[in-house]
Amino acid sequence: MVRVSNVYKSYVRGKQTVEVLHGLSLEIPKGDFVALMGPSGSGKTTLLNLIGGLDQPTSGEILVGGQRIDQLSGGQLARWRARNVGFVFQFYNLMPVLTAERNIELPLLLTGLSAAQRRKSVAVALEVVGLTDRARHKPRELSGGQEQRVAIARALVSDPTILICDEPTGDLDRKTADEILGLVQVLNRDHGKTIVMVTHDPKAAEFARRTLHLEKGQLLEQAAA
Amino acid sequence: MTRTGFVFANLLRKKTRTVLTLLSVVTAFLLFGLLQAVNVMFSAGADFVGATRLVTQARVSFTQSLPMRLLPEVEAIPGVARVMWQQWFGAVWQENTQLIFFAADPGRLHSVYPEYVMPDQQWRAFEETRTGMIVGRNLAKQYGWHIGDKVPIASNIFPQKDGSKAWIFDLVGIYDGKDEEWQRNTNVGYINYAYFDEANQFGSGFAGTFILRLADPDQAQQIAKTIDARFENSPDETKTQTEKDFNIGFFKQIGDIGLIVRWILFAVFFTLLLVVGNTIAQSVRERIPELAILKTLGFTDGNVLSFVLAEAAVMCVIGGLLGLGLATMIGIVIGGGGNFPLAVDRQVWITGVLAIVGLSLAVGLLPALRASRLSIVDALAGR
Repeated sequence: MVRVSNVYKSYVRGKQTVEVLHGLSLEIPKGDFVALMGPSGSGKTTLLNLIGGLDQPTSGEILVGGQRIDQLSGGQLARWRARNVGFVFQFYNLMPVLTAERNIELPLLLTGLSAAQRRKSVAVALEVVGLTDRARHKPRELSGGQEQRVAIARALVSDPTILICDEPTGDLDRKTADEILGLVQVLNRDHGKTIVMVTHDPKAAEFARRTLHLEKGQLLEQAAA
Repeated sequence: MTRTGFVFANLLRKKTRTVLTLLSVVTAFLLFGLLQAVNVMFSAGADFVGATRLVTQARVSFTQSLPMRLLPEVEAIPGVARVMWQQWFGAVWQENTQLIFFAADPGRLHSVYPEYVMPDQQWRAFEETRTGMIVGRNLAKQYGWHIGDKVPIASNIFPQKDGSKAWIFDLVGIYDGKDEEWQRNTNVGYINYAYFDEANQFGSGFAGTFILRLADPDQAQQIAKTIDARFENSPDETKTQTEKDFNIGFFKQIGDIGLIVRWILFAVFFTLLLVVGNTIAQSVRERIPELAILKTLGFTDGNVLSFVLAEAAVMCVIGGLLGLGLATMIGIVIGGGGNFPLAVDRQVWITGVLAIVGLSLAVGLLPALRASRLSIVDALAGR
């Protein structure tokens, strides 16, 4: 599903070039649930961004679902993301001016679905995350856990093959975090979604099938969850 | 939800700010509409007359009169179909309302200005009544004059032979225009030249200008040159120009209206550009993470650019149309009569719509480009 081969990534910050990933390689099979752990600055989020097509490597190859995404242009990458990837972030990143259902509908505006089809898809996604009764609420009227559920529904609604989760429980209490992680686990187990999740939280990592540790831009080990 | 719905949702994010910005756009376009109408009114005085007539005046200034003895010579020039003459009367109504009145020969006025529409019976009455006068429909409407009225009009230039500046005329006709533009310009009054010529204290046998109807408008330049050459180095040198150029020169007595209006509009739109531009730019700055999320979800740079540009355009279009609409209504209310008919017409609307498009691009393009070029990774990391 995901094959990262000898990837280097460096950023220019002011006059300095910061090398973040150093010839990193990894494979994630379809239907896997991988937790990426490591200290701050180890390159977890950079790797996640590369797999999700939010950024391009300095060198190396990235294949996702058989597609060389490191060779796509900005526009092609955007369209590829719309079809193949769902994103969940630590701070939810919902549109404050839109209701929950409108937030979930947003990625569907990029599809050719009719309004009725979009409403149906939104209803299903809300059902999956258990928020049908909060459809008309705006983000500020929801709790953190509910906001993250809406974000998960938004990530799911266009039926992507891979879910990219960047610290999805970093802003939640333990109980809510476990609920969210349980939901992510269900998406992996019951819906077959491939999930790559960055976390600092070992308890969160326990929900994954396996955990990969990064340090100084390199993969340290692969451990079965 | 549609993409349009999303644009409106973003616009309503901060209602007070949006409403205040909208009001500034409305006000600017209200001013734009009214000032453009003023501009058009002054230039229309030049434009609508067409190119079928020439005006011959004294070379030094049209305030100097020409002797009537020039008439046969002007009439004899090939290509001149008909000549009328007129004298600015300096009309004043009641206390101090200046009116546009000329002393003219009725028959010649009729033949040189076929655009004036009036029943034959009234044209005949004008010819046959020495103290007769005719006025345009707008003028009659504004002052409530009716045919048969005796209208006291003073002249601030020409006293009667007894020294009195008060004249009394019989209103014998009310003319209209042949089309919308001529109808809008029915604000001029004419008195019978024969009576004026005899009764005024300053003597007879002179005219302010000769107006020549041409057989072939394409010959205008040649005929003008011929006339002026004919009277060159004589005591009565002439300046002959198209009626349009003459009118432009006349209005320039007041000032270069076009230039004044352009400068005022420049100031208004420059301020508007700063106000709306700053609002849009601020609105983009405030939601950089949201714009990054849009791109994360798969919206392309072009999509994001169009969202921001659409927000600017919606603000400018709604504000602009409301402003122009208001200006049109004000134009209808205050512009119906008077010497200068103010009308926010199609020409003003076309210019206004072009200004709306220009303003939308000017205020929206830079923030939209900035939004479209956002790096997702940097924006999400707050860099």
